[in-house]
Amino acid sequence: MTTPLLDIQNLKTYFYTRAGVVKAVNGISLTINKGEVIGIVGESGSGKSVTGFSIMGLVDPPGKIAGGSIKFKGRELVGQPESQWRSFRGNEVAMIFQDPMMTLNPVLRIDTQMIEAIRTHEKVSRSEARRRCVEALAMVGIPSPEERIKAYPHQFSGGMRQRVAIATGLLNNPDLIIADEPTTALDVTIQAQILSEMQKLCRKTDMALMWITHDLTVIAGLAHRVAVMYAGTIIEEGPVQEVLDAPLHPYTEGLIGSVPSRNKRGEPLYQIPGMTPSLINLPEGCPFRMRCQRSSDACLEVPPVTVMDDGRKVCCFHPGKQS
Amino acid sequence: MSDQTPFIRCENVSRVFEKKLDFASKAARALGAKITEERVQAVDDVNLFVMPGEVVGLVGESGCGKSTLGRMICDILPQSSGKIFYKGQDVAFMNDAEKLDYAINVQMIFQDPFASLNPRKRVKNIIGEAPLYHGLTTNGELDGYLTDVMEQCGLDPSYKNRYPHQFSGGQRQRIGIARAMAVKPECLVCDESVAALDVSIQAQILNLFMDIREKHNLTCLFISHDLGVVEHISDRISVMYLGRIVETAPVDELFDSPFHPYTQALLNEVPRLDKRDVDFSPLKGEIPSPLDPPSGCHFHPRCAHAMDICKQVAPERREIAPGRFACCHLDSN
Repeated sequence: MTTPLLDIQNLKTYFYTRAGVVKAVNGISLTINKGEVIGIVGESGSGKSVTGFSIMGLVDPPGKIAGGSIKFKGRELVGQPESQWRSFRGNEVAMIFQDPMMTLNPVLRIDTQMIEAIRTHEKVSRSEARRRCVEALAMVGIPSPEERIKAYPHQFSGGMRQRVAIATGLLNNPDLIIADEPTTALDVTIQAQILSEMQKLCRKTDMALMWITHDLTVIAGLAHRVAVMYAGTIIEEGPVQEVLDAPLHPYTEGLIGSVPSRNKRGEPLYQIPGMTPSLINLPEGCPFRMRCQRSSDACLEVPPVTVMDDGRKVCCFHPGKQS
Repeated sequence: MSDQTPFIRCENVSRVFEKKLDFASKAARALGAKITEERVQAVDDVNLFVMPGEVVGLVGESGCGKSTLGRMICDILPQSSGKIFYKGQDVAFMNDAEKLDYAINVQMIFQDPFASLNPRKRVKNIIGEAPLYHGLTTNGELDGYLTDVMEQCGLDPSYKNRYPHQFSGGQRQRIGIARAMAVKPECLVCDESVAALDVSIQAQILNLFMDIREKHNLTCLFISHDLGVVEHISDRISVMYLGRIVETAPVDELFDSPFHPYTQALLNEVPRLDKRDVDFSPLKGEIPSPLDPPSGCHFHPRCAHAMDICKQVAPERREIAPGRFACCHLDSN
């Protein structure tokens, strides 16, 4: 077997706050192969973004990677010096954020920012770098890129800014792109445009994509594999088809049930009872125990990752379909 | 249904926002510079009616004027031209008592549960102020009144003395709903009321909506960009594009056989759980600037079926089937 592109084992990212230790990512394991599109789904506060930040080495104090390993092409990332991170970030892995203005500097022209991104990692002439920037902008569907590259971020609309952010991410031909809710702030039509561009890129360049979102419907159309996160752990993982058609974990089942289009028009939606637990004092045992209809005494212990016969993974003592 | 008076009816309602020229620009213009006032036609000649007890969904991309329309219906914002009728009566010619009745009976629920609640007021004041002012309850009975309203909206009545920051997003939205429901309105205008919430919380709030709507037989205008949500709770849907309503139809018909090319494109692009591994084929281009909208039919630069006439003449609103209206030059066959 070949080594996977990204191999996360038992990753723990904790935030040491005054109120206590927030276990934002609490022991997750995940692998991503070349050219694969994987979706990370979860509600706000489930730790999906922090997972992305951990891979990029962007966890700031009081946060810290408290344990586990992240291997990229077999190379260990956790604990490497900052200089190593700098050559890695934006070069081999790029991240796209929800708000493109987080990526773009409002007082610099697009070309300045993009050329800088190339020349940080490679020794190329300015004109060569500029040519590559124009190419990247054309690839994400920005009309007349030669002229638009001279514009400032505020001269673009929201959708166009997000395209610029994606183009900047693509500049150094990364092997993996981490997209953290990049279409949440956009309209449906613009979202479809961005999704289409990303899909084309992945098919063309064999780049892997990790798509973080709370929207199951986007994952359904885009991803090959999906991992569902709840309170800092991955509670279910598997191919999109199977997870969405026959969820094993009761939380996944609840999430799917609460999507409006899945329900009969006008009828009450399925509601997951209760609320997400505080990450500071997680309940003992299975974090979903309090809200779960299947919970029993067995759930007082943390359920281990069970690998099913067909390779799907689930963290539950009572997996399976229920009427 | 047709012989009933609509609860709310908008007749050729428009709203224009203008940026007045400052002194320097005026002076420059007097000296011959080509400077004109910036003018945005946010809502353009809209006809819309909501029957008593009906839920009408209003969908469109951001900047299409759907919130502006909602605000005009709630009388928060005056219209530039056109008429709004409340129970068959022109709002512009109401006397004070009638106007008060209208203001109480049409309540609005806002998008952002963080910005729409006063952070310095306690929950009991937020919810209780309006019914107290309008004499729906007295100081002595307020406590019991609040308990009723809060329970009805799924809030624990023991939270009366808390401040908004002590609640989560979903609970804040419930406070917003409780505030609107406290004056016992007949109509709710919900402006993107579930857009900022997680899926599981969104399901709770939508259930609450459907629940109180049924119990109080509320009329509802539900403004949203999320077609899945609108499909779930609406009876009828109007689709807006750049200030104009391009199509209005009962929900089943709209989703089964969308008529307007924009509606078709919009429906095609909604991600769904059962659409797997799709090839996204998006609508080209972006919504044009409302400062300088395209001539004729606003949609023609992005439309696959655009003809010459679309560039010159704005299509009239016509009835393509009983109860279905569309603005398009294409023939229904």
